[in-house]
Amino acid sequence: MTAVRPPEADLVVADTAVQPSAPPVPPAATAVRPRARPRPAAPRRILMKGNEAMAEAAIRAGCDAYFGYPITPQAELLEWMARRMPEEGRAFVQAESELGAINMAYGAAAAGARVLVSSSSPGISLMAEAMSYMAGAEVPVVLINVMRGGPGLGSIGPSQADYFQAVKGHGHGDYRTPVLAPSSINEAVELVADAFELAERYRTPVMILVDGILGQAMEPVSASFRMPERRGAEWVLGGADGRPPRVVKSLHLKPEALEQHNLDLQAKFGRIEAREVRWAGERLDDADLVIVAYGTSARVARTAVARAREAGLAVGLFRPITLWPFPTAALADLAARVRGFLVVELSAGQMVEDVRLAVSGRRPVTFRGRMGGMVPTPGEVVDAIRELDGLAAGGSR
Amino acid sequence: MTLEEALAHDLEPRVVFERPELIADRTTTYCPGCGHGVVHRLVAEVLGELGLGPRTIAVAPVGCAVFAYDFLSVDFVEAPHGRAPALATGIRRVRPDAFVLTYQGDGDLAAIGTAEIVHAAARGELITVVFVNNGIYGMTGGQMAPTTLLGQRSTSSPGGREAGLHGLPIPMTEMLAVMPGVAFAARGSVADAAAIGRAKSYLRKAAEAQLARRGFSIVEILSNCPVGWGMSPVESIERLRDVVVKAYPLGVLVDRTKDTAAPGGDGTGGAPPADGAATPQRER
Repeated sequence: MTAVRPPEADLVVADTAVQPSAPPVPPAATAVRPRARPRPAAPRRILMKGNEAMAEAAIRAGCDAYFGYPITPQAELLEWMARRMPEEGRAFVQAESELGAINMAYGAAAAGARVLVSSSSPGISLMAEAMSYMAGAEVPVVLINVMRGGPGLGSIGPSQADYFQAVKGHGHGDYRTPVLAPSSINEAVELVADAFELAERYRTPVMILVDGILGQAMEPVSASFRMPERRGAEWVLGGADGRPPRVVKSLHLKPEALEQHNLDLQAKFGRIEAREVRWAGERLDDADLVIVAYGTSARVARTAVARAREAGLAVGLFRPITLWPFPTAALADLAARVRGFLVVELSAGQMVEDVRLAVSGRRPVTFRGRMGGMVPTPGEVVDAIRELDGLAAGGSR
Repeated sequence: MTLEEALAHDLEPRVVFERPELIADRTTTYCPGCGHGVVHRLVAEVLGELGLGPRTIAVAPVGCAVFAYDFLSVDFVEAPHGRAPALATGIRRVRPDAFVLTYQGDGDLAAIGTAEIVHAAARGELITVVFVNNGIYGMTGGQMAPTTLLGQRSTSSPGGREAGLHGLPIPMTEMLAVMPGVAFAARGSVADAAAIGRAKSYLRKAAEAQLARRGFSIVEILSNCPVGWGMSPVESIERLRDVVVKAYPLGVLVDRTKDTAAPGGDGTGGAPPADGAATPQRER
């Protein structure tokens, strides 16, 4: 389990409040994967808008083709690519719809290109069809969702209401796709390169899930752009020249064949769950109450943790970085030694279901969320922590 | 003369009909009398004659012809229903040297995939579209398609297609032909040997338009669906020849391949060919 990122001397973390702590009890079965990453010797910090930083990170990661369609609050990402991709001699197409964009991505990726697509919530709904096809055909594409308020046309404000859609499956069929959730723009830059790597390693679509604030805000970004190594692929389409024809498809009409295909996919999902879980902990070592939050919610929660600590409450922050695979085992371990959990989201409560599954009824799990583009204040979160403190004290302990 | 007689007369036997190299040596899944087999053969012959097999990336549709990848020996990707032109666009933009082909039916191209086909044509995308129009959803059991003729019965227009109730049939290729990004558009049929020969010549012209980087090219091929139409194969061919062809006239709908303007959309920034050479040339 790559539970935490080791502090790296040459990496300037824009948000210096992030101090990953060790996982409480690392499960014996999962080893920490060593990460050999060449980093620039003298990183510079530059102020970048989230959408533009993710776009540039993709270009530096070797993205060959970008396909998109305008939608707020991700439009700057499309605009950045419209200007930069031709400069780099790479492919950019503004599609006729999100359906067009994601299917162009499907074609380009089937032909061996490193491909990025981005959109926001309503557009992601349109892309659900192709996500299912690409999961079935095992085609690597990176998709960024800059979430806005829903349902329907909703609002253009920040939201985390697409957690279910991203984590539980966008389209039809039994499949999972890795979901990466940065909580700073700097982390988003790093996760773009990681997403391409995961997509190609496992032949799968990968989603980067951010909310509108992370897309629109500006933050210092360290020079941590990275180009993942390209791996030759024996399935890529390029013309049957001196080899048998290849087919990239999701159709398996014989029930026995489709069941076997599903078993193979499930085995792959199992490998991803075993190897690719990521989360960060802050002030968990002596915590007896834990806030679980990701993305912008985790930023609010961090401030709330500091205030609650000043008020004498032993609170820590558990921040999932991979929403699928979810850090279930780490949360279960934590449940053995803390009194309760508070989940904070920009939604009516979606990730909270996965936290409850992990905690499995052993400790109280409460929820505080805002919707429709509203963001909870640190004060609201501290109030919720106090309520949890009272609840946990009146409980079994 | 039998083979034995020919050998007795010491004549060299010669092959007059054989499987094209790009047709896989296996039995198709198509119904008896279905036109897809003929169209597959024409595509395989044209790709083979132009030496395109080793650099073709084809996109299979949803519908009966999804299995084209089992019968045509070229690289294939299978598209969601209607999205083949979008996949072909993605392939085109990252594989400049590939020959990119979509094979689509009328439900796929003229109903659920109208946005994708129209915008690929508008971009002058350097792809070649083989559009097989049999006026029905064959795979799902013979429902009404956007191209189903007025009065034609189907499982979802049991009383026959009515303009007021179901709308009018869509002349899809004529619609596409008006766009300047379309280098070549034609309509053929599989009704008889002569028509099949002409359909092949259109396919060749369409492929050459892509190779010359002239823009988007499409060949609509009117075909039959004996099972979906509730007819014997012979009856269905007669209906194709006597009824369908009259509703969808055959011939070259537009040919802008002689235009000297810059080539169409392939991400290189060229402008689509200018309009001007759009002179319909009807068959017969």
